[in-house]
Amino acid sequence: MKPKANDVILHTVTKLAAIIIFTFSIDLFWAGHHFPGGGFIGGLTTAAGIVLLYLSFDIESIQRNLPIDYKKMAAIGVLIAVFTGLAGMFYGDNFLEQTFGYFDLPVFGETELATAVLFDVGVALAVIGTAITIITSISEDEL
Amino acid sequence: MSFLHFLILLPFLACIFIPFIYKKLNIHLGWIVVFVPLFIFINYLLFIPSISKGNYHAFSMPWIPSLGINFDIYMDGLALLFGLIISGVGTLVVVYSIFYMDKNREALHNFYIYLLLFMGAMLGLVSSDHVLVLYTLWELTSVSSFLLIAYWYERKKSRAGALKAMIITVFGGLAMLAGLIILSIIADTYSIREMIANVGIIKESSLFIPALILILIGAFTKSAQFPFSIWLPDAMEAPTPVSAYLHSATMVKAGIYLVARMTPIFGGSATWFWLVSGIGLVTLMYGSFRAVRQTDLKALLAFSTISQLGLIMSLLGVGSAALYYTNGEAQTFYAFALFAALFHLFNHATFKGALFMVVGIIDHETGTRDIRRLGGLMAIMPATFTIALIGSLAMAGLPPFNGFLSKEMFFTGMLRATEVNMFSLEWLTSIFPVVAWVASVFTFIYCFILLVKPFLGELNQSRLPKEKVHEAPIGMLIPPIILGLLVVFVFFFPNLIGKYLLNPALYATLSAEVPAFEIIAWHGFGTELWMTIGVIVFGLLLFFSIKRWTIIFRVFPDQLSINSLYMSGLENMEKKSVSLTDRYMTGNIRHYLLYIFIVTFSVLIIALVGFDGISFDFSTNSYITIYDIGIVIAMVAAAFTTLLTTNRITAIVSLGAVGYIMVMLFVIFRAPDLALTQMVVETATTALFLLCFYHLPKLGKRIEKMKFKLTNLIVSILVGVTVTIMTLVATGHRLFTPINEFFENAYELAGAKNIVNAILVDFRGFDTMLEIAVLFIAGIGVYTLIKLRPKGDDSQ
Repeated sequence: MKPKANDVILHTVTKLAAIIIFTFSIDLFWAGHHFPGGGFIGGLTTAAGIVLLYLSFDIESIQRNLPIDYKKMAAIGVLIAVFTGLAGMFYGDNFLEQTFGYFDLPVFGETELATAVLFDVGVALAVIGTAITIITSISEDEL
Repeated sequence: MSFLHFLILLPFLACIFIPFIYKKLNIHLGWIVVFVPLFIFINYLLFIPSISKGNYHAFSMPWIPSLGINFDIYMDGLALLFGLIISGVGTLVVVYSIFYMDKNREALHNFYIYLLLFMGAMLGLVSSDHVLVLYTLWELTSVSSFLLIAYWYERKKSRAGALKAMIITVFGGLAMLAGLIILSIIADTYSIREMIANVGIIKESSLFIPALILILIGAFTKSAQFPFSIWLPDAMEAPTPVSAYLHSATMVKAGIYLVARMTPIFGGSATWFWLVSGIGLVTLMYGSFRAVRQTDLKALLAFSTISQLGLIMSLLGVGSAALYYTNGEAQTFYAFALFAALFHLFNHATFKGALFMVVGIIDHETGTRDIRRLGGLMAIMPATFTIALIGSLAMAGLPPFNGFLSKEMFFTGMLRATEVNMFSLEWLTSIFPVVAWVASVFTFIYCFILLVKPFLGELNQSRLPKEKVHEAPIGMLIPPIILGLLVVFVFFFPNLIGKYLLNPALYATLSAEVPAFEIIAWHGFGTELWMTIGVIVFGLLLFFSIKRWTIIFRVFPDQLSINSLYMSGLENMEKKSVSLTDRYMTGNIRHYLLYIFIVTFSVLIIALVGFDGISFDFSTNSYITIYDIGIVIAMVAAAFTTLLTTNRITAIVSLGAVGYIMVMLFVIFRAPDLALTQMVVETATTALFLLCFYHLPKLGKRIEKMKFKLTNLIVSILVGVTVTIMTLVATGHRLFTPINEFFENAYELAGAKNIVNAILVDFRGFDTMLEIAVLFIAGIGVYTLIKLRPKGDDSQ
């Protein structure tokens, strides 16, 4: 094995940048309802952050610190999307009929809560899971 | 379901039980099976009294009532005549097969199931009034005949014969189906009786001739008429009981039956007259001519069957002229030919069945059917010889056998054909008696060959495969003896069957009143008698000088026979389709893409031009800004770089450039969500492209100039132009107001200010759900492709 170079700067910058990227992606995700963004792009930027971690550290240590099975994550995402659609049917609505309402929450004040956000969570999880699955399985492949 | 239905379905019922009882039997299965045709035969006999009075019996059984398809049975003289032949000869054939087929060595259950299937199909076919049921059973006779011909399926020739019979008869059957469908569309009914009642409408229809020709193709293929006769000699690979039953007495007469049944509909038209009588005569001549040179007894009988079927067919053709005349006298004049056809049909079933059984006996006892090896069997097999004598003299048309009567009537019919004056080409009919006479001379010759070669002369034991040749067992002789007795009986009492069977059948065929005909054995020194005497004299002369004139057969080389035409035709068809498929199915994806693109733009352009759709309307277009122009120029430049570069990595990067310029386009056109997504996706795909590039195998790493093909250039330009035109035309012609106003209510309806996202997750959430499913499947696909590779195969 080739001796590893000492990537101190890369590691330090990555640690800082990853936090910013994750924050930004969560912002994109939440903004989606009213501003550009949403589940898809939010998921993709989260995935980009994780890929950055993979790039600067090695796959094993990231797996150890983020013990997530991304295949399952993708599957859970799809399932969430389907079940939010099914949930509406229990209330006599059509499949995938979304609803929203305004609630007075203790900390946030008057807040809009929409079932569409749950659906978006599914989208985001599916996107993150799929993207990371593809990238890690290709990179782990010994050619 | 009536009793008659039960009778017709009885063979099928019996088929179901055979496999269950077969293994438990100690006696020959045939002893059980024989009761089926016997029972049917006896019950059919009981119909004679009422049907000979001119009655008919009609029964209906619903099959698919919603489509008007019912198993309608119509029992009249014609159906009864055929039904009696089928069940009667069927009984005798089953008895014969008990002694012919070895109990221990043969798969008897298969044999009898196929035979019963055939019998039931044939019985239903001749009694069916519904054309589609008739067709169904017609095909069932083809299928069961196929199974029977290939009964000894381990023999190559059996399989080849079965295949050929199948191809030709199914070809005809399908043509017939088309004809029957056309006919039922014209007449607006499926019932043959109702078609006959509406014959006026049918005759006036423009589809009359197509229906006629298609139905005749069916009849001709089944009845082995010229040029479809080639399957019959090859069908002789079947066991002899099958040949005797199917290929002489019953199935080959299905076509005859169809022609007779359709005569009231099509008869009286010139096309029908010329086709049926002309093809019949050609077949008669061809069959008798070819039969003379055969050395295999069964092949000889096969060609003689072809010839005799041609005879019957030509009489049916001449007889159809009866329907042209409304005047009773002229009608009777030609109806006599139909009567002769039916009479000969009956006679042929008797003597040909007997002759096949005789040949089977010879084969069974000596081990060969080759007339060059046989000889002198008369003394050893006196009973077989007597039957052969009766059968072949009846076929040759000599007294005192039934063939004499029908041959005389055949000559009468052909002589009367010369007086047909209602169709053009009158001169042609004067050839009819000549052809008939010449063919009869040949018939006489081959009948004598059949009689003389195996039975007279010296017995040469060394040439025979079997050691001790002796007379057949009595059980094998009984069926041909019965048929032989019938041959003689009919000569002496022809009017018995004439009155009870043939006249009702004639009435059914003609569907018009004609006075009943009497068959007279002796009718003075008429032209017909002199013709018969001429046949005998010339036949004997030619028979004894046969070695001198067989040279003429060499004039017709085998390469020109219909059989070799058929074989080379099949071979060529196979070769041509293989080469055609090889030519366009190259296995090269580039070629398939070319086909797809060419078809796509051709269809689009043809549709655009054909519907006069090329018109542009730019009035609603918005203004073009300087940014738009800049972006388009940049994009075109990047696209051309991708196309023209010789370096793979340049292509990847310039493709990425196209993607990022697209992001700018989205920004300019105010689509932030699209721009964001496009940017991330473009990054990901470019990374993946680079990954692919990095992993390309070293050996195949050839950075070469893209193979520039002119066709590719032209096709790609045409596709681009087509799509551009389509887009321009489509944007200029907005048929409806867009529905985007509805989505502008996103905040009220979905509580979202981001319209795009509201559409994605709320208004059209279903699409999104399936898209993430697609994404998920793609991820799992990549994962399985990489992880689940077969171990130890790293080269690919």
